[in-house]
Amino acid sequence: MTLLEAEGLRTVYGEGCSACLDATGPAEGTNQCPHCGSVVACAEADLSVAAGEVLGIVGESGSGKSSLAELLALEHNPDATTGGTVSYGDRPGNLLDVDYQTRHDLRTGEIALVHQHIRDGLTLDFTGGGNVAEKLLSAGWRSYADVRERVEELFAETEIPLDRMDDPTHTYSGGMQRRVQIARALATDPDLIVLDEPTTGLDVSIQARVLDTFRRVQREEGVAAIVVSHDLGVVRLLADRTLVMRHGRVVESGLTDRIMEDPHHNYTQTLINSVL
Amino acid sequence: MTEDITEAGPAAVEDDRDGGTPVPTDSVSVALDTVQGDGLAGYNYAYLDEHTKREVRRAMLKAVAIPGHQVPYASRPMPLARGWGTGGIQASLSILGPDDRFKVIDQGADESVNAANIRRLAERTAAVETTTDSTAADVIQTRHRIPEEVLTDDQILVLQVPITDPLRKIDGSDAANRRRHAHANYGKMWVHLYENVVEYGEINIAAAYPVMVAGRYLMSPSPIPRWDTEKLDDADHLSILAAGREARIYAVPPHTDVDPLAFEDREFTVERFPDQACHACGSSDTFLVEVSETAGPEADDGTDDESGTDDAAFETRYACNDTSFCAKRRETPDLPKDHHLDRSGVDWGPATPDHGDGEPRDDLDSEAGASQRGDST
Repeated sequence: MTLLEAEGLRTVYGEGCSACLDATGPAEGTNQCPHCGSVVACAEADLSVAAGEVLGIVGESGSGKSSLAELLALEHNPDATTGGTVSYGDRPGNLLDVDYQTRHDLRTGEIALVHQHIRDGLTLDFTGGGNVAEKLLSAGWRSYADVRERVEELFAETEIPLDRMDDPTHTYSGGMQRRVQIARALATDPDLIVLDEPTTGLDVSIQARVLDTFRRVQREEGVAAIVVSHDLGVVRLLADRTLVMRHGRVVESGLTDRIMEDPHHNYTQTLINSVL
Repeated sequence: MTEDITEAGPAAVEDDRDGGTPVPTDSVSVALDTVQGDGLAGYNYAYLDEHTKREVRRAMLKAVAIPGHQVPYASRPMPLARGWGTGGIQASLSILGPDDRFKVIDQGADESVNAANIRRLAERTAAVETTTDSTAADVIQTRHRIPEEVLTDDQILVLQVPITDPLRKIDGSDAANRRRHAHANYGKMWVHLYENVVEYGEINIAAAYPVMVAGRYLMSPSPIPRWDTEKLDDADHLSILAAGREARIYAVPPHTDVDPLAFEDREFTVERFPDQACHACGSSDTFLVEVSETAGPEADDGTDDESGTDDAAFETRYACNDTSFCAKRRETPDLPKDHHLDRSGVDWGPATPDHGDGEPRDDLDSEAGASQRGDST
């Protein structure tokens, strides 16, 4: 069953002109429009995610992965001009056009985003537990005992030491902060989690543990995920299907194994060959 | 807006030579005639010019229409420093008329310098009668307290507000907080309460306890103690909350739901003073404060054994915070808080019938000094 389907997703920074889309992309070798100077962060992107499936998005820096992820997670960016349609489950209409309230409800309920930058996703002055509790409290939980129990459960699930639950989040290590973000994203049992660069700034062993935790939890909960990463290893580990992006466009998509073993597009071939 | 100007137009032009002359209007000219004498020369009735008063009243009307919403208004400089009640004064002076009786409370007391000065300003410029009796006042300006005596539907309570936004202690950005108010997005406030319980086992916000007004806006009730917070819920009187420094007015109209934020399993509690009673009047059903003063002769029979030793020059005793009600209780020891109404058993904060700890009302009257208000939680 298709959970989320997106068509013609587009994010443009700058004024934009009629030639923007034709003048950018992998064929032109740039994502900046030579006529008006606007940056086409992503365009003409179509994708779909089934319930419980993990979709990977890889590409080099600036290829439009994060812009795409933000669109899918209904993150509103006031500087950008966006377009396209996102349909979600049985919900009628385009998710990109909904009002603030609906978006807020979706973001506290069905769709969760794990931000690339910790500061965008967590309030570092709150305790780790408080950050996770915020999701529950925003969703209308009003029993302290229930909130507390759920937070403890999530901490255990994501392997964050329970003793540290009531310490301010800025005292946590980078890996713990990541886990808090994941715990927070999982709090209200969403159907879809968007992970934007889940391993940025973590050393290899911690990366492995965070990814391991996420993979386990993702399977146990049956939650669908969109994983955005520049790291092929991350996508290979987590994703069932993969999109490869370059210069704001999707250049190739398919089963992860097929992409890894038999890359068609020559950028994908370069990408796979450059893995150390 | 425009008709205000035309109304005052001709007269204002005529008097322009002197500069700073009052702007007369029909409604106030009569009042002006009666009070024009010493002290008022050069000042408009009730100190503020009519345009300012209209501006403040417009903000109040809007505030009443959207309970709990902070309405911006053009706050004027006042003859005292911002933060000393300039918002309250502007609100009071804007609604006072010559027939009104005015009371000013500062932390429960009518006698503090600030209260006395504000009262005197109103007396001189608005020619109102002043009183210290909460039941006799038409307008009560107050800082940090709501009177112990039940307020009625023909009284207006003006509360001075130092910090308008309850969200500010969680996020310093007013722009972000306004957005949160617009969308009733109060998750962060709830996290604050959650962390309070984590740290202290209960929500320990002593004053300015955040409340939801009419199920929509999160509001700071100004730094009143928790004791007074429930008096705002479904009250008969109109509460106007005015901040001069922040130039915001908000209101709780009569019979509006005011719910303190709390968890289902960590309920809102008020201050309790077990085993304590006012050393002066013996009340144990009022908001008590600790006072430290020279031991008086009546100190020994006043309360109990835990007051200071014989050679202590100072001792700590408990006293009613609301001084005018305390004075009344001293004359009539068991005076109910709703003695001035033609009904009894009025729900008015803690220790009144609907909020007490289950004891029947008669209990309050028996042996006031020794009666013990158990902790209800």
